[in-house]
Amino acid sequence: MAASVRCFLRCAQKTVSGLRGFHRSVPAAVQVTVRDALNQAMDEELERDERVFLMGEEVAQYDGAYKVSRGLWKKYGDNRIIDTPISEMGFTGIAVGSAMAGLRPICEFMTFNFSMQAIDQVINSAAKTYYMSAGLQSVPIVFRGPNGASAGVAAQHSQCFAAWYAHCPGLKVVSPWNSEDARGLLKSAIRDDNPVVFLENELMYGVAFEMSEESQSKDFTIPIGKAKVERQGTHVTLVSHSRYVSHCLDAAAVLAKEGIECEVINMRTIRPMDVDSIETSVMKTNHLVTVEGGWPQFGVGAEICARIMEGPAFNYLDAPVTRVTGVDIPMPYAKILEDNSLPQIKDIIVSVKKTLNI
Amino acid sequence: MKTMLTIISNALCRITGRNVGAQTVSELLVDLSEYVSLTSPSTPDLAKTQRQPPKPPPVSTRAPVEQLVSPQSDPLDAPGARVVVSRSFADLTTQATFDIKKCDLHRLEEGPPVTAELTREQGLQYYRTMQTVRRMELKADQLYKQKIIRGFCHLYDGQEACAAGIEAAIHPSDHLITAYRAHGYTYTRGVSVKEILAELTGRKGGVAKGKGGSMHMYAPHFYGGNGIVGAQVPLGAGIALACQYRGNNQVCVTLYGDGAANQGQIFETFNMASLWKLPCIFICENNKYGMGTSVERAAASTDYYKRGDFIPGIRVDGMDVLCVREATKFAADHCRSGKGPIIMELQTYRYHGHSMSDPGVSYRTRDEIQEVRSKSDPISMLKERMLTNNMASAEEFKEIDIEIRKMVEDAAQFATSDPEPPLEELCNHIFYNSPPLEVRGTHPWSKLKSIS
Repeated sequence: MAASVRCFLRCAQKTVSGLRGFHRSVPAAVQVTVRDALNQAMDEELERDERVFLMGEEVAQYDGAYKVSRGLWKKYGDNRIIDTPISEMGFTGIAVGSAMAGLRPICEFMTFNFSMQAIDQVINSAAKTYYMSAGLQSVPIVFRGPNGASAGVAAQHSQCFAAWYAHCPGLKVVSPWNSEDARGLLKSAIRDDNPVVFLENELMYGVAFEMSEESQSKDFTIPIGKAKVERQGTHVTLVSHSRYVSHCLDAAAVLAKEGIECEVINMRTIRPMDVDSIETSVMKTNHLVTVEGGWPQFGVGAEICARIMEGPAFNYLDAPVTRVTGVDIPMPYAKILEDNSLPQIKDIIVSVKKTLNI
Repeated sequence: MKTMLTIISNALCRITGRNVGAQTVSELLVDLSEYVSLTSPSTPDLAKTQRQPPKPPPVSTRAPVEQLVSPQSDPLDAPGARVVVSRSFADLTTQATFDIKKCDLHRLEEGPPVTAELTREQGLQYYRTMQTVRRMELKADQLYKQKIIRGFCHLYDGQEACAAGIEAAIHPSDHLITAYRAHGYTYTRGVSVKEILAELTGRKGGVAKGKGGSMHMYAPHFYGGNGIVGAQVPLGAGIALACQYRGNNQVCVTLYGDGAANQGQIFETFNMASLWKLPCIFICENNKYGMGTSVERAAASTDYYKRGDFIPGIRVDGMDVLCVREATKFAADHCRSGKGPIIMELQTYRYHGHSMSDPGVSYRTRDEIQEVRSKSDPISMLKERMLTNNMASAEEFKEIDIEIRKMVEDAAQFATSDPEPPLEELCNHIFYNSPPLEVRGTHPWSKLKSIS
């Protein structure tokens, strides 16, 4: 019922925007939330390949803890949308085993914090097996769920796992920002024959983005391992992933008023990292600022710094790379403390100006 | 004692023209018995044929049980076998029924049968399988002591009846996953001794091209070989889920040890397997010790077949291949009929320590090991049964032993001489079906390539 109402609304929207666009040759676009983009991607992939199935806590009858899998159980039933007991290590192992036997599971973690209970299955059973078997045994699985800070959920529910998973060979680690990213990358992840860690963000689920008609097609995929330049610029490169791409774009808008043009790169994939895109940009702008929600030590920004130093872009830097990160503490609860534990737009602006020595 | 062994084995070498002498007392005894049969006046023709041992027929254990009954599989009929036996085949019994130990039951009204039928062909097949695993493990022991095998090496000798009995009861299309004491299952699931030993020695001819080692060998419908204790149990239930999902009537045999039986993830798996009625046979190979900790010191309840609580269980004599086979058949039928999972506890024993770095005598007595060897050895028990019931002759068994020895020797030869994998292979097999990627080497100027 909800699905058909949504469909109707979408058709209506399309018609309206189509009418508006009558005088232009731009394809009809719609506003889609990240949640809906993920839902549609899973729906289409479930339909496309009967080996695909979803398992996790509350994914079926509850419609998903964050409603990302809404409507899927009604459509596909118990066999393909499986509610699990609260047994992360057990059900993750079961998901990995089913992938070894040829199915294509999507294993949902209610948040990636709980994946720590199952991390042995992700790393030792999934990531390393293709290598250890010298190609005899592949593991086509997607681990997905919200990652990083939410709002007011405190320390045990706010950790960012991008650096932890991206550390390990054998895994692909993906971190979408907007709806197009979510849809295209999730489809790619499901179609990929390797273990993919798909890091969503709870605060982005409800955010709507315009999606082009092309990005709504059933075979729209975004390649894993390729970053996207969201905004062209000349003075400084801002590299980020997930929610903080929004922050970077907002900071760039503010800085533009002062004549500073930021190039904003949306990483999309953490591993394998698209260093080439970052290097190309740095060789143009000569300045680099990384922005992430995770902790600074051994983090995504730290890796970017190391790679830039090791590559040709180092000689083009006019200043050391600056990392903007979460504060190096467990996440506090009180709003004022929480707000000051994560990068804010003003932090990015300050960092850019310092890097540019303004 | 050691010098006595060397003196006698050297003497035998000079007499028989063999190159490599016996390394252990048991090998010496086999050599001596061969020598005695060589020079025995009642079988002069045997002496001639022994100089050129016949080409061993393929030792395949992948044939389903039905095929094992066909006359073609009789190894003595294979081309190249020139063996003279003192009795004609017309004297031998082709089939017999044996009493086997009754299994203890948990949440089951009936258990596996208390008798087992064995044909001559089956018996010789099981003997061959178990003897091959035994010789292969002893050869691995030898190679490890010579430092040709390194790292982990967990040997399976003593437990052969488990692997052989299970394989005899399931189809090649069924699935099996086990922990790190995996060489026996790697063999019964179809990998050659040559590829196993070459994997242990880390050569490119190994089943995983030398990249996996002892604990990471794979084959179709065999999922290793898993190094993390207990992690293979949820994996096995996942494989069973796939069987159920596809409705293909296959089962997954998921093995774990008495040590792993206390892992939390196993209980999580029991819960889900039972809830969803997954066609999974959980098998606990209880060899009485988790590394150096005896079962009494590790488990509040050592009734491992009952630990599944709501899952029915049977406790089986794991040293009797027929007992294992009948129990596994029973368990497989249970799963295939949609009743859900079942647990089998196989009571077995390992002669070696936990691994090659464990002499295996600090936490148990040599007497205990010796007692099991003399009273419950799985290979001896089967051989005794067949000899007592006139199902095969002693010479036949000897012939099989010699064939297997030669095959294992040749495999070891290959495993020692095959080259190590080339360095170009270092970064391959990170991803499957993905475009080539660059891999960082040990320093920034070392840019390596990875292809799928």
